[in-house]
Formats: sequence, structure tokens, C-alpha cells
Amino acid sequence: MRFKKHCILYCLSMLLGFLVSAQSKTLSESKRLANGKKVYSMYCLACHQADGNGVPRLNPPLAGTDYVTGSKTRLIDIVLYGLTEPLEINDEVYNNPMASHAFLSDQQVADVLSYIRNSFGNKAGMIAATEVKKQRNRQPKK
Amino acid sequence: MQKFSLILGLFCWVNYGIAQPKLTVPLQLPSGFKSTIVANDFGKVRHIAVHSNGDIYMKLDKLVNGKGIIRLRDANKDGVMEDTLAFGNYTGTGIGIHNGYLYATSDQTIYRYPLDANQNIVNPDQPEILVDGLLNKRQHASKSITFDRQGHIYVNIGAPSNVCQEQDRQKGSPGLTPCPILENAGGIWQFSTTKLNQSFSDGVRYATGMRNALGIDWNNEVNELYVTIHGRDMLYQYFPEMYNQKTGAELPSETFYRVKQGDDCGWPYVHWDHFQNKKILNPEYGGDGKKEGAPNAISPLVGFPGHMAPNALLIYKGNQFPERYKHGAFIAFHGSWNRSPEPQEGFYVVFVPMKNGQPTGKWEVFADGFSGMSPVTNLSAAKHRPTGLAEGADGALYVSDDKAGHVWKIIYKP
Repeated sequence: MRFKKHCILYCLSMLLGFLVSAQSKTLSESKRLANGKKVYSMYCLACHQADGNGVPRLNPPLAGTDYVTGSKTRLIDIVLYGLTEPLEINDEVYNNPMASHAFLSDQQVADVLSYIRNSFGNKAGMIAATEVKKQRNRQPKK
Repeated sequence: MQKFSLILGLFCWVNYGIAQPKLTVPLQLPSGFKSTIVANDFGKVRHIAVHSNGDIYMKLDKLVNGKGIIRLRDANKDGVMEDTLAFGNYTGTGIGIHNGYLYATSDQTIYRYPLDANQNIVNPDQPEILVDGLLNKRQHASKSITFDRQGHIYVNIGAPSNVCQEQDRQKGSPGLTPCPILENAGGIWQFSTTKLNQSFSDGVRYATGMRNALGIDWNNEVNELYVTIHGRDMLYQYFPEMYNQKTGAELPSETFYRVKQGDDCGWPYVHWDHFQNKKILNPEYGGDGKKEGAPNAISPLVGFPGHMAPNALLIYKGNQFPERYKHGAFIAFHGSWNRSPEPQEGFYVVFVPMKNGQPTGKWEVFADGFSGMSPVTNLSAAKHRPTGLAEGADGALYVSDDKAGHVWKIIYKP
């Protein structure tokens, strides 16, 4: 009897703990996405546009492309080191260079990339500041 | 009788259906002008040329079935361009007809095709090469062209840069003095049309200090070159302490110049500010939004609102339009992207009244409605973007669109 009571209490506390942690995770994620949106508006929106569709011939879209929703390290590298090679996405070639945005903090890069990976119809995992730091600390490929 | 009118009605309907496919975006034009769509869905139609027999040549910046030039012809003279010839295996922007040749450009080469007495391309698969090896670093690489009457071709070699910073488009990166780009780009080069297989060094730098003079035309009335230039990007984004969201959208001006040999339009050191009517020193070169610079650079005839992208210029030679249009300038504005988050602007054809090579009044919107919406908040939603202009032998004005690949013919028929 006593064991059963303990068991119920234990299960309840586990459930509560889970709910709290899930809730706090969502809260911090939504806070990070909101921060990412701020960074986006300041440094990305002019070229990639409010709807993430970019500008034909010039600035590539962020919506519906593997460059955004695929490899995290490739995406982080584009922001940290810029990109000057021609980029072909969905049969369209984009020619404007992307400048390095290494002046953003690890957290800002992580937040803005998490934001674009979960906006404009995209659905992909969050990026952590530690993942950005790792890419920043390695020698950039020349 | 009833049967006859039914057939007539059916015929008219079918004919209308072919001649005016997908008339989803009605253009707004001044009173007495009418527009029809003469080509549609050819993709990235950049500049266009119209031959004396009415043939339309379109230069494509994306190949369609492996071809980069399309000729449309109304072979049976029923008003429908039913005869299509596709040739040229290269993409590009520039195209023009001059003294028995069709000229077309890729981003590094000027090709030409002899036309025979029947106005056909002699050998569509073997063009002559007039000039090869023009700078192509992808940014501002479109090679638009025009001709004078002394045997010269003029080509825009746009600067592969925003404002000649040490690191292109890098916030905080300083501007280079002197700007090394100006040696082989950032201006208009003049080549001979009588010598084949020229290289870049055979050309003369006719005028300099131009970021990207995509609109280019020779004014036969005064025998001089005119250009429209795309101004720099990112004043607000790089210098929020000097420019706000609104001023960064309005500035710098897009510009319309009358150009003499040896002229300098001031890029990258200054931009034109149509509120102050001054050449303002760019902040990358020590400017503060007020300081003037480049005292030897010429000033434009007109400064338009920022970022609207004047992709084509045409000085009107014809007699079909009313007298006030003669010798005036039509300018096709592609429509902006660098006004975000403010609404985008442009997506129309503007007219500047001129006599003796100088403006005689304010600029006005001539043909509007290409975007199919107002305001345009997201560029991707705009239905059409005006990119090329051409004049028919009868004085009709043609406008091309590189979004959906349409061409409009505008006539005056009060």
C-alpha cells in the first residue's frame, strides 16, 4: 500500500518535472527565436527579404533550401566566413557575395540560424552557441 | 445572320485569346495609350530589340531549351507573333540591331549576327565575335550596349562591388582610394564595330565612375551618350547613425546622366542625393551624410528615389506618340529590394520630357501596374519586373519583363 503511494508520488513528481522542463525548454526556445528574429531584421532582412525568399539573380532564398535546413556546420560557416562562390538554388543562380558576419556573438549566430531554420515554412533543429563556437575556433577553409 | 455573328464572335474570342494570353495585370497608361502582351512566359527576358520589319529579339538570362535568344515574328501578318526562332547557347542581357547586324552579349563577350536582305539571321549558330574578355565577376556583370553613328559600340562594364570597400559588402570595411576596380570596370567602354575579335584592351574607357550603368542609349538628337545608373546599397544598414530606415530607402538616388567622353560620375566616392541636390561623400570614404565630394565628377540630369533599379533607357525617336514624347527618355525601373523593411518601389516605366538633350519638366510614371499589387512588401510577390525597352519602326514602345518573361507593346491610339 505504502509502496503504491510512493510509486504514485514518484510518478507524479516525474511527470511534473518533465512538464516543467518541457515548458522551460519551450520558453527558452521561443525567447531565442525572438532574439533571432531581431538579429535577422537588423542584419539579414535587407538582402534575404522579410519573407525569406531573397532576390532573384542576387540574394538567395532562405525558404525551402537545404543550405538552411541541412548541414548545421555549412550554414554556420556561411555566416561566420561569408560566401563568394556562385550559388544555385532551385534552378536559379545567385551572384551577390555574402559578407562575413563574424562580428555577431556565438549566441546571436545560434539564435538567428535557429530562427531561419524555423521560419518561412522551414522546420529544422535549433543550433546551439557551442556549435557556433566550434566552427569559429577552427581554421577557416581558404 | 445569327450564325454568322456567332462564328464572328467565336473567331474574335479565339483570336483575342491568342493575342492577349493571361492578361492578368492591366497596365495603367496615360490617356490615349493602349497596351497588348506580344510575348509571354519566356523566362528571364532581359533587353529586347525590334527590327524594322517588326521582328522582336529577346535576350534571355536563363536558357530555354538550351537557347538564349528568341526571335518572334508575325509571319502571316495577323497581329500574332506565331513564328519563333531560338538560337544562341549563352545567357546574358544586352541586345541591339545596328547597320545590318544583330548584336547580343553574354556577361563577357559581344557577339553579332549578319542579317540578310530578307531580314533573316544568316547563320544563327555561328555568330561573329566582336569583343571577348570583358570583366565578368558575376556581380553587376550584365553587358548592355548601344551604338553611335560613327561606327562605335558602347558597353556597360559594371563594377563587381557595392562601393569599392576593402571587403565588399562588409559592414565597417573602408573604401579604397583610388578604387582599383575603375581600371577595367565601373564605366562605359567604347569599341569599334568594324573590327572583329577584339579584346578588352582594344577598347577605350569612354566614361568612368559608374557603379552599374545598365540603362544605356545614344541620343541622336544631340549625338551624345545617356545612361541610367544603379546607386549603392546599404546606407542605413551600414550606417544607422547617419541614415534611418526611411532615408536609407530613399537614398542614394538612382541617376540619369548625359555623358561626354572622359566624364566621371563619381562612384565609388560619392552618391547623388536628390533632396540636397549634391554629390554626397560616401561614409566609407569619410562622409557624414552632408559632406560633399568628388568635385570633378559630373551631376546627373535627374535623381530618382533610391534602389528602384533603372534597368533600361530609351530616347524616343518616333512620331507615333504625341509631340511632347519626341526626344524624351523612357526608363524601365526593375523594382527595388534594398528598401526593406519599407515597401518596395519601382516596377514601372518612367518618362522624362526632353528637348535638345536636356529635361524640360519633371519625370512622370508612364506605364504602371507591372507588379500587380500595391504596395509591394515582398519582392518575390511582384508579378512582373520591367527590364528592357525597345522602339518599333512605327514608334510603338516595347517593354520586357524578366520575372514572367512577358513583352508588352504600347501604342498611341486616342
